[in-house]
Amino acid sequence: MLTMLPSLVIDAVGIAVAFLLMFGLWRMSSPVTAPNGIKVAGVGMAAAVIASFLYLFDVSAAAKPHLPINIGLALVALAIGGGLSWWGGRKVAMTAMPQMVALYNGMGGGAAGAIAAMELFGSRAHGITQLGVTLLGALIGAVSLSGSLIAWAKLQGVLKKPLRIKGQQIINAVVMLFTLVAGLYIIFIEQNGSVPILPMQGLIWLFFGCAMLFGILMTLPIGGADMPVVISIYNAFTGLAVGLEGFVLQTPALMIAGMLVGAAGILLTLLMAKAMNRSVSNVLFTNFGDVAKQKQGAIKGSLKPTAAGDAGIAMRYASSVIVVPGYGLAAAQGQQKLYEFVKLLIAAGVKVRFAVHPVAGRIPGQMDVLLAEAGVPYDLIFQLEDINEDFSNTDIVLVIGANDVVNPSARTDKTSPIFGMPILNADKAKQVYVVKRGEGKGYAGIVNPLFYADNCNMVYGDAQAVMAMMIEAVRGLGLSAAA
Amino acid sequence: MTIDGFVAIYIFMLAAFAGWVIIGRVPAILHTPLMSGSNFVHGIVVIGGLYALLNASTVLEQCIGFVAVLLGAGNAAGGYAVTDRMLAMFQASGHSGAHASAHKGGSHHRKSKPPQKG
Repeated sequence: MLTMLPSLVIDAVGIAVAFLLMFGLWRMSSPVTAPNGIKVAGVGMAAAVIASFLYLFDVSAAAKPHLPINIGLALVALAIGGGLSWWGGRKVAMTAMPQMVALYNGMGGGAAGAIAAMELFGSRAHGITQLGVTLLGALIGAVSLSGSLIAWAKLQGVLKKPLRIKGQQIINAVVMLFTLVAGLYIIFIEQNGSVPILPMQGLIWLFFGCAMLFGILMTLPIGGADMPVVISIYNAFTGLAVGLEGFVLQTPALMIAGMLVGAAGILLTLLMAKAMNRSVSNVLFTNFGDVAKQKQGAIKGSLKPTAAGDAGIAMRYASSVIVVPGYGLAAAQGQQKLYEFVKLLIAAGVKVRFAVHPVAGRIPGQMDVLLAEAGVPYDLIFQLEDINEDFSNTDIVLVIGANDVVNPSARTDKTSPIFGMPILNADKAKQVYVVKRGEGKGYAGIVNPLFYADNCNMVYGDAQAVMAMMIEAVRGLGLSAAA
Repeated sequence: MTIDGFVAIYIFMLAAFAGWVIIGRVPAILHTPLMSGSNFVHGIVVIGGLYALLNASTVLEQCIGFVAVLLGAGNAAGGYAVTDRMLAMFQASGHSGAHASAHKGGSHHRKSKPPQKG
């Protein structure tokens, strides 16, 4: 039968795309193969989108008369949504990547929620399993949409302070309860055919409204430092929602891709929470700012400022240097200058490596991307577990725009809020230079004993300006082999 | 093809396991592209949106379906764009060195071309 052909093609493309998406992520196991992996996955996605227009041979009788309009709407939506997003993704600065990811993620959650809404409004889902899965997907998708938007607003600086009110957890619980009751009531009515107290449509809107409100309320109190974990959780949420709606629509490609991301997102969230020394429930249900304000023990030593030029020249004559970059470097847009300085050192025969903490930057791996953007080759970039042993036999460590990730209190001070967090052992090097804007504290508001240690000197100033001075000083030696 | 509850659970279980294994292999240096890349992967939701929109029979359904496709397409296209852009920046040593160090000031952004080396 000729009518079999379109659905056969759709199924075949579905299998192909499921494979290609998995294969694409598989290729991400190395920076060498990763660029090609995402392209392969992209081809799969494009093929799947084109193939899904074959659904038009298979629409329900009720939708037949609307088909021309629906096709038009689909094309317009694809062009606008895809076009705007593509343009935004090409333009966005690497420093703004976390909020961009949050935004795209919210879109996915919203799309999953909208699909569920159509199933509900059209009364297409039947039976407790179908209805239940639709509603669960709708709930997760809606929470992911509104929560991601709040996360975006926070990272973008639209929302400045975490909003906390008394009894927040009770309010959240009540809203959640409302959502669940609305959902269960929808199932009850669909099953028994009894007359609802509210019109069905109103009930569905109420359900979505409550779910989205819950997403907002849940995200509002969470501080900026914990946003990475939140984004990662919502990434997993959206994946789960997509997977569940894939079941409702009987589309295995959605089920596989969605659940894949759901599991991946949960793994990433756990890794990240571990690197930040926080448990996931801690992030979601307590407030970060509250723990940071505790008294500090007396600190021995003093802050010893030094000139940028002197520090630069010292590094030129060292045999090994490890650079520890933090978000402060990116905030000052100093990566380019830093790498220029590092190239001078390398040309002079110094062994230079970069040590990146898992939570340097605002989402894991962001610092790596920022360094790569400045042209730093990935083989010079080392992760905590690969380089931490080497600090003790390194001449000089240059800490630039980082603070908490090199705070030795994490190892020694049981009262410190970051106690137990894995840190870079910068303090074990022979000499440490810390480039810092001023005497302020880090993101977590904790005093850093490293800065007061005997082997540490402070270089105050804007990271970019400091790097420029170091470059000038080293060039001034006239020994530069880089010329 | 119909997928009933138990088959669905098998699919979900295997997919979750695959996701866990695949993502476990990704080095920390690529965690941001991984996040945006997995973000792109759930952009597949656009297909579900298209299916729903093509089957819409009321104005309300058309509106919601339109939103579903709009958001899904945004998710997929945006996720791809940023992931591709980030991954193209990762280069091995000896790829750029000579050119960039000769570049006085160095403040000019080098256009990040994808590395051709395998």
